Amino acid sequence: MELMEGELEKITAEVEQVIKDQGTERERLIPILQGVQEKLGYLPKEAMKKVAEAVEVSEVEIYEIATFYNQFRLNPPGKHQIKVCMGTACHMTGGNIIMESFERRLDIKEGETTPDREFSLERVACVGCCALAPVVVVDENVEAKVRPTRVDGILLGFDMEKKAAEKEMQKAASEQKTQEEEG
Amino acid sequence: MSVLGTDTQKTYQELKDQAVQAVEGLNTKSYVLVGTATCGRAAGALNVLETFRSEIGKHNVDAEIIEVGCMGHCYAEPMVIVYKPGFPKICYGSVDEGIATRLVTDFLVNDDPCFDFAMAALEPNDFFPTFEDFPRGVYEQKVVLSDCGLIAPDDIEQYIARDGYGGLAKALSKEPERVITEVKDSNLRGRGGAGFPTGVKWEICRNAEGDTKYVICNADEGDPGAFIDRALLESNPHQLIEGLAIAAYAIGASQGYIYVRAEYPLAIERLKTAIGQAREKGIIGNSVMGSNFSFDIKIFQGSGAFVCGEETALIASIEGNAGIPNHRPPFPAVSGLHGKPTIINNVKTLSYITHIIRNGAEWFKSIGTPGTPGTAVFALAGKVVGTGLVEVPMGTTIRTLIYDVADGIKNEKNFKAVQIGGPSGGCLPESSLDLPIDFDSLQQAGAMMGSGGLVVLDEEDCMVEIARFFLEFTQNESCGKCTFCRLGTKQMLDILTDITKGKGKLEDIDLLLELAVDIKAGSLCALGKTAPNPVLTTIRFFRDEYEAHITEGRCPALMCKELITYVIDEKKCSKLCDACIGSCPVEAVYTRSDMLKDIYLDKCVKCDNCLVTCLPLYQAVIKVSPPIEAGGNQNG
Ligand SMILES: Cc1cc2nc3c(=O)[nH]c(=O)nc-3n(C[C@H](O)[C@H](O)[C@H](O)COP(=O)(O)O)c2cc1C
Ligand code: FES
Repeated sequence: MELMEGELEKITAEVEQVIKDQGTERERLIPILQGVQEKLGYLPKEAMKKVAEAVEVSEVEIYEIATFYNQFRLNPPGKHQIKVCMGTACHMTGGNIIMESFERRLDIKEGETTPDREFSLERVACVGCCALAPVVVVDENVEAKVRPTRVDGILLGFDMEKKAAEKEMQKAASEQKTQEEEG
Repeated sequence: MSVLGTDTQKTYQELKDQAVQAVEGLNTKSYVLVGTATCGRAAGALNVLETFRSEIGKHNVDAEIIEVGCMGHCYAEPMVIVYKPGFPKICYGSVDEGIATRLVTDFLVNDDPCFDFAMAALEPNDFFPTFEDFPRGVYEQKVVLSDCGLIAPDDIEQYIARDGYGGLAKALSKEPERVITEVKDSNLRGRGGAGFPTGVKWEICRNAEGDTKYVICNADEGDPGAFIDRALLESNPHQLIEGLAIAAYAIGASQGYIYVRAEYPLAIERLKTAIGQAREKGIIGNSVMGSNFSFDIKIFQGSGAFVCGEETALIASIEGNAGIPNHRPPFPAVSGLHGKPTIINNVKTLSYITHIIRNGAEWFKSIGTPGTPGTAVFALAGKVVGTGLVEVPMGTTIRTLIYDVADGIKNEKNFKAVQIGGPSGGCLPESSLDLPIDFDSLQQAGAMMGSGGLVVLDEEDCMVEIARFFLEFTQNESCGKCTFCRLGTKQMLDILTDITKGKGKLEDIDLLLELAVDIKAGSLCALGKTAPNPVLTTIRFFRDEYEAHITEGRCPALMCKELITYVIDEKKCSKLCDACIGSCPVEAVYTRSDMLKDIYLDKCVKCDNCLVTCLPLYQAVIKVSPPIEAGGNQNG
């Protein structure tokens, strides 16, 4: 993933802050990485380098840890995070069908983010709502008993939200423009 | 110790008196308990909570709203309990905003308890049956779940008022050795999976040399189908903190860790609050309840690796490394975190400790079987009616659990198997239904107690597919240290995947059995040693299903996608209905010239939508196996 404008500065600042809060002991390494991910949403290469320097371990060790644990992601998450439950109960009630529907609709594979960074797609293990299987966690909301048609519904909802927001922005921009012209 | 002991007792009595006073006010007016653990939230509990808030405000009712944890009846979430002076406490299930409004306007404002929506009363009364009047209540015996869903997890007073931290006070007035003796006498076996006697583990650690020792609570809960530990943390965190503190006192540790998965944000939040409150009350920290024992707790967030549930991997992870298991011995009880003697116990194990110290070893042994005293907690999921958390005495049969406690199989389908113990466990068939549940009998049957995940499978579940699912999981989670675990599970997974696609060979079954033996022998930790269990048990009990996939290209359960075709039964299809067409995401369903519907097999992605849509209407969409070749029946 290419970094966007101003992203490097943000990464540097956030990483420094996390290290300041956590200290640089070896035992703090995983909490540091968790802190960075919480702030930035993922672990950019640049952040891992900085952490390696601060904790005084090799970069490859950081990379080992970042790739060993499922929690860490090396790509930026989408604006909307979609997590499909692949726990036992959800799998047996068609969780994979739901995953495939999202993959088909978003044209990405599990673990990826859409190029416009709007959506990312992940799997999670049991979220503890097996009675409501199959379950999808969309941002922080749990969607219960999801069918492929609901997949379309969820994405359509976001699409409409986005369009409405764009319209608002356009409207605001044009209003401002008329105001400026009038003023 | 006697002087300090009396001090502790006195301090505890003061805490308790305060708590009782604080809580007493509660029963003099109405209150509503809303279950807002993760399962409740998924079902919409936060909206229900909001409705209660606004309705109670709107009608000016003098009632308190309290967020509680999970009562275990997941099938009936969101659940609330309403109390109004003069009425018994009543529990309502599947509550939505409408019901919540009615409960305020009809019950709290007027005096109609809306029995139509009620599940059960919490105490005997003349109007409505209690939970004990239903089979589930008869067979269940709650110990660690007893307060879950009834007390506010973020209010330490409610816990103390119910004798909470009384076990810790009692422990502190004894010699640590006597605490260990009590635990040994109770015969408590660790609930993290292996069933190792807890007292023995503690004694080894107590006797190990070293000034610094650690206690760690394993709340990693990696089984992808279990959520008991999470429910305990979200519903009654103090019970665990008390158990952990007792463990620390017994072995001589002053630092405890709770290793909890980062995927459990609500559990972490409630734990943090609870630890903070316990610290404020002097229940943890320097000089616990006025004794000379000091103890504090750190939360470590696990980053989602199944293998980190293994003790040595968990320790590596806390030390800031990748969670790769190490040789044992030395056992952590002798050389663990930072090389210091360390005990690791599961959330449930430590929660039992609290009750064992409070009520004594004899009490504990009066529940369950001689080999495994106490209760078993299961996360029931799959095709049973009463999904959720259940707690039954050890020795209860699987049949009782499924048919009496959980009310049988959903939709009048036939029972096929029960998967116990998650990725390390196995699938047991109908003939095992009368097996009493305990560590030894399950192990003999080829399954495992594991961490309590129990998934019920019916005729529509494919046994090869479930074996493949678990192998995919363990293969993914293998840390890669041992060749047999790393490559052997990959081989097994490839073979299983081939079989589910109809590309298997008959000799594959024997090859799987051979690989299983080698993986068990060649793996260092229990992840590899138990990984073949799901495959072994399904081959042992359901070999015919494997053979049907291989020789006939047929999936008897109609589950394996590559081996089924969706077709529409002309005799059942209605010319007037086109619900299926609207439900198809890929426009594979179409109307024939005679107005009946049909499916383009080459377009169909087998998403199951049309079948589900038609099910309540005409049941005209059906699955057939072996599959029909595309192009074979395009009669449109
Ligand atoms: C791969 C693997 C995963 C495990 N996962 C867990 C887990 O999630 N929770 C747990 O308490 N124990 C787990 N265990 C068992 C622990 O290693 C350990 O036996 C247990 O925490 C000890 O606690 P107990 O004596 O209270 O049972 C796992 C073991 C293995 C090999
Ligand atoms: S398996 Fe999906 S919520 Fe439990």
